Amino acid sequence: MTQQLETQLALTINGDRVRLQNIPLTTTLLDFLRLTGRVGTKEGCGDGDCGACTVAIVGTSVDGKPNYQAVNSCLIPLGSVVGREVITVEGVANGKLHPVQEAMVKLGGSQCGYCTPGFIMSMFAAYYDGKLDDVAVEGNLCRCTGYLPIRRAAQAAAAETPCDHFSDRLTEADADLMPYRFTGEGQFYRPTQLQEVLELLRDHPDATLVAGATDLGLELQRREFPVMISLEAVADLKTLVQTDEFVKIGAAVPLSHIETQLHGVFPCMDEMIHWFAARQVRNRATLGGNIGTASPIGDLPPVLLALDAELKLVSLEGERVMSLSRFFKGYRQTDLQPGEVIQSVWIPKGMMPGATQRLTQSYKIGKRGTDDISIVAAAYVVDLDSDKRVVHARLGYGGVAATPIRASVVEEFLIGQPWNADTVQQAKPMLYNAFTPLTDLRGSADYRKMLVANLFEKFFVEFAAAAGVEL
Amino acid sequence: MSLVGQRKSHESAEAHVSGKAVYTDDQRMPSGMLSIYPVLSPHARARILSIDTAPALDVDGVVTVLTAADVPGTNDTGVIRQDEPLFPTDEVSYWGQAIAWVVGETEDAARLGAAKVTAEYEPLEAVLTIKGAIAANSYHNDPQFIRRGEVDQAFAGSAHIIEGELEMNGQDHFYLETQASWVVPDMEGNYLVYSSTQHPSETQTIVARVLGVPTNRVVCTCLRMGGGFGGKESQANPMAAAAAVAAYKTGCPVRVKLERHHDMILTGKRHGFLGQYKVGFDSEGKILALDVALYAEGGWSLDLSPPVLMRAMLHVDNAYYIPNMLVRGLIVKTNRVSNTAYRGFGGPQGMLVIEDVVDRVARHLNLPPDLVRDRNFYHGEGDSNTTHYGQVLVDNRIARVWEEAKERASYAERDAAIAEFNQQNRYKKRGLAITPVKFGISFNKVQYNQAGALVHLYTDGSIQLNHGGTEMGQGLHTKMQQVATRALGVTLDRIRMMPTSTDKVPNTSATAASSGADLNGQAVKNACEILKSRLAPVAAKLLDFDAAEEMVFENNEVYCRTYPTARVSFDAVVQQAYGDRISLSATGFYRTPMIHWDPVTATGRPFYYFAYGAAVSEVEVDGFTGTFKLRQVDIVHDVGESLNPLVDQGQIEGGFVQGMGWLTMEELVWDDQGRLRTFAPSTYKIPTISEIPEQFHVHLIERASQDGTIFGSKAVGEPPFMLAMAVREAIRAAVAAFGNAPVVELAAPATPEATLRAIAAVQQATVSAEAALSSTPV
Ligand SMILES: Cc1cc2nc3c(=O)[nH]c(=O)nc-3n(C[C@H](O)[C@H](O)[C@H](O)COP(=O)(O)OP(=O)(O)OC[C@H]3O[C@@H](n4cnc5c(N)ncnc54)[C@H](O)[C@@H]3O)c2cc1C
Ligand code: FES
Ligand code: FES
Repeated sequence: MTQQLETQLALTINGDRVRLQNIPLTTTLLDFLRLTGRVGTKEGCGDGDCGACTVAIVGTSVDGKPNYQAVNSCLIPLGSVVGREVITVEGVANGKLHPVQEAMVKLGGSQCGYCTPGFIMSMFAAYYDGKLDDVAVEGNLCRCTGYLPIRRAAQAAAAETPCDHFSDRLTEADADLMPYRFTGEGQFYRPTQLQEVLELLRDHPDATLVAGATDLGLELQRREFPVMISLEAVADLKTLVQTDEFVKIGAAVPLSHIETQLHGVFPCMDEMIHWFAARQVRNRATLGGNIGTASPIGDLPPVLLALDAELKLVSLEGERVMSLSRFFKGYRQTDLQPGEVIQSVWIPKGMMPGATQRLTQSYKIGKRGTDDISIVAAAYVVDLDSDKRVVHARLGYGGVAATPIRASVVEEFLIGQPWNADTVQQAKPMLYNAFTPLTDLRGSADYRKMLVANLFEKFFVEFAAAAGVEL
Repeated sequence: MSLVGQRKSHESAEAHVSGKAVYTDDQRMPSGMLSIYPVLSPHARARILSIDTAPALDVDGVVTVLTAADVPGTNDTGVIRQDEPLFPTDEVSYWGQAIAWVVGETEDAARLGAAKVTAEYEPLEAVLTIKGAIAANSYHNDPQFIRRGEVDQAFAGSAHIIEGELEMNGQDHFYLETQASWVVPDMEGNYLVYSSTQHPSETQTIVARVLGVPTNRVVCTCLRMGGGFGGKESQANPMAAAAAVAAYKTGCPVRVKLERHHDMILTGKRHGFLGQYKVGFDSEGKILALDVALYAEGGWSLDLSPPVLMRAMLHVDNAYYIPNMLVRGLIVKTNRVSNTAYRGFGGPQGMLVIEDVVDRVARHLNLPPDLVRDRNFYHGEGDSNTTHYGQVLVDNRIARVWEEAKERASYAERDAAIAEFNQQNRYKKRGLAITPVKFGISFNKVQYNQAGALVHLYTDGSIQLNHGGTEMGQGLHTKMQQVATRALGVTLDRIRMMPTSTDKVPNTSATAASSGADLNGQAVKNACEILKSRLAPVAAKLLDFDAAEEMVFENNEVYCRTYPTARVSFDAVVQQAYGDRISLSATGFYRTPMIHWDPVTATGRPFYYFAYGAAVSEVEVDGFTGTFKLRQVDIVHDVGESLNPLVDQGQIEGGFVQGMGWLTMEELVWDDQGRLRTFAPSTYKIPTISEIPEQFHVHLIERASQDGTIFGSKAVGEPPFMLAMAVREAIRAAVAAFGNAPVVELAAPATPEATLRAIAAVQQATVSAEAALSSTPV
């Protein structure tokens, strides 16, 4: 990792090399854009929730090729975009309007126009990915249009095959992140080796690890980060390995990669990722971050709990492996030791011995279906034998306790029981009383308790036909 | 061909999509510009014992801190009543109220400074709910009444009487652009205010009041807004005023752009309402008498609550003829944000109550709700076609939109199919519903129904168009350009739309009440016609005709109607007019005719006309979780002869979705200390694209020209919001299908939790009804 002088820190914005001078690297990309007069990009919330600040960055797609990725510029620290190519709304038209712009103009996709730059950038990125649909703009709020003209515009633009200087650019672009270390005020490191990360952590006990920054990004304006270590370029954390027996996901693999690469492997994970935030956040968010925040409402831990996932934790002292269920210690507390990094998540694939069938699904309930934080998240894995008896059960929940948690008592109860309505009716009151959740702005304790029970029944009902049992 | 009636894209659409559209805080900053940041009250109500601003001054980059003592004029921003201190002096009146504003060289500096300001308080007992206010007798005003017929007698003659109540949540505007103002002082005591305001004249007036200068010292300009929806009518004023005080004190230009959470904490919202009713009806479901009390939550200050309440009272009939009515209205005073204008302006709240009532009546009688709605519509002539405040529905289109919506939505077939689906599905149920909208157009207050325009022709034939309305996304400027092109017979490329500014068109009304195009369109047309009347003789002379009145202006040319082959270019006419020393600038003016209102008897013709619509919605509700999915929407709406169907369709779709958000997912949660807990999009959820069904059809009724309006068009901003009541009623229908209960109560908003509770209540009622039945001896 080479020492970078401040004068060498730069990024590319709309094709121009822009130097980062006299500006803390913890400044958000959005603030930087606006401070430097690039005011086309808007701030609607500063929290990653509205998408008005969306820009496209050149990143790496699942197959290792460069692609355009929509991201929330209000969450990304400048340090994370050093050396990257960024396209903002000002850079999309090239003499004439871009097809996504054209469609938005023609079909009435903008009213007040304040959300529009963000929509354009989400659509822009999706246009080149061939995935210009509703999901591409789920993370963009519009208060004026009711989205219908935007949907029409997306559909119209999606009909075209991209062939322009932006698609050409992707064939030449180098999305590999160069390592750097910035040791001025507000230190920022982007190593490529895990060993370097561990040494940095040893040398800087006050350092903060940053992966996608979709969680930390919210804090950028609210507190100081004297030292940041980006995990984005660490090769060791970015691999996803799949065998017949297991899947190993590097802690810094973005969810959007997991979403595509593991599609169909764990239905309960597919489902949860689908409801996890929105496109811009999924392009950046990682498993390591989702586990590392230890939020009681993190959505993937319940799934990983249900799948009996294990974590590999690495420090200069060595490695250790522990099951996720033992990792969470209390509200926002984990077993992660100082100097330790989550390296990967290991998930076994097969069924329990003796089982002939696995039923699995996850559910996420929020006030709004899309891009909301869970009131309750649930993930279920139930293995049945040929007599339709339960041989293995995992019921993972989020939003019901200080940590993501399993309903162990009910899991035990289910073992050996016939998988039928009777059993489920017996389990329901147990589930209702399994946890003592809080009442908060998202929902009452009682609603949460009802969901804990009802979602299990819903799971049973939805999979009764697949399981070959009566309702 | 005229542009009027064309699907013309928003005049700023290209600027929007390329990031070139400049909003208030996107302008190039003048040098030395400062930023302000608020210090918030931690109490809902408390006596202020002391404020210590000194520590803030130690922060790098902090210039000064503003408190009440810095106000040179009147420390008040109230618009109807002066009860709204800009800087509280003795007491804070709601959680989050700004007690001081820190002025910094940068926003960061101001923010760090704000964190250092301390204050001592003596907490006082706060009023935090509508019912709490009623119990504490805490009101802003005397009760208002509207009376029709003989209510007591009608109750006595009613076969059925039910009583009930409905409390509904407010709504945050959630315009994507938060409140923003810039104030640029000059050295001669003048202030240029750039504000994201729907009401530049009022912002100008309030800034002048707070600064203690005559109004002519202040110019207020609105470039465009990133959404308004009523939330920048009066709510823009305090921010502009605080920035103005800072500009006065420092002599520097000052900006404020609220962070989202401050915007949500500081500013007023849609009024939450409590409706309490008693309804008498016959066995056919015809409503004979209604006694209804509407309590609007005004919040800590009066703001625009009186007209909001009045509009609710005037719309508590929605589309229904109720021969005997007593409507009482009260504005409760609470220690929460001061609620304000929001799309519909009380109309939605009033209408939601009557839709609840009608549903109660229908289920009580076990009749289909759509049938009971239909039976109660205004119809015929005379009393049955006259509102409770005495306005005749001159062009009643209720039946028309209703029938057409039912037909287009295949209502009857789908209703049957859904009944079948519900038979077969135990855990999920579908619901179908249709609801009507009748919405009165005009400001309730007669004097606001006026507008001005200013049109300049330049000697090259290019044109600057000014009018008093503001652009917030609703397409007003686009429509005004269309009107001007038609009125002047020129092409669009000639017309530059100017930012709204009080030095161009003074004393304007708010761009509100859906009336922007109605009022300003007429004023623009008036100005253009004045110019044309001056140009026509010049053109006639150039063409060697006598008859100036025969001149036709079309497509940048002028010709004589009877001899169209001889033409002269518009430019040539303008140049000649200049040479002839004829004024090339004209103001236009308009006042709405025929409207009147007697506040004593609460009768009159407050509305120039009504806009009508009907919506059919279908939902599916999950019995395990209470979540719903909107499956299909069919809307038939009356916009008269549309000035721009693209824009109007956009208003209908956008209004509907906003209404759906209000009724289903947007929940303002306040804790028992009066603290708003939902002040960011992470906790306050407005709809995303994924909540919008694939099947969403909007139809504008055809051959619908409205008499006496601008080119036969009708207002469209607010009415569609209330079409979303169909979603709520569809959810209710689905909930009802989980059992067989004579009452199906549903909270507003019908969040998943509320819906699950409603299902539980229905199931409970069904079980007890069955138990009661089976225990009856045979
Ligand atoms: C708009 C929005 C919507 C969201 N929606 C959801 C949602 O639906 N469900 C949900 O669960 N979450 C949601 N989140 C939260 C967030 O996106 C996730 O928690 C995400 O997984 C965090 O990943 P990250 O890489 O961005 O983490 P970062 O922000 O980079 O880091 C988060 C924390 O984890 C630590 N960390 C990161 N990697 C490691 C590692 N390898 N080892 C040790 N510690 C590590 C960091 O130090 C930091 O403390 C949302 C956030 C936003 C802004
Ligand atoms: S500003 Fe809202 S997501 Fe970034
Ligand atoms: S056009 Fe106004 S928020 Fe989307």
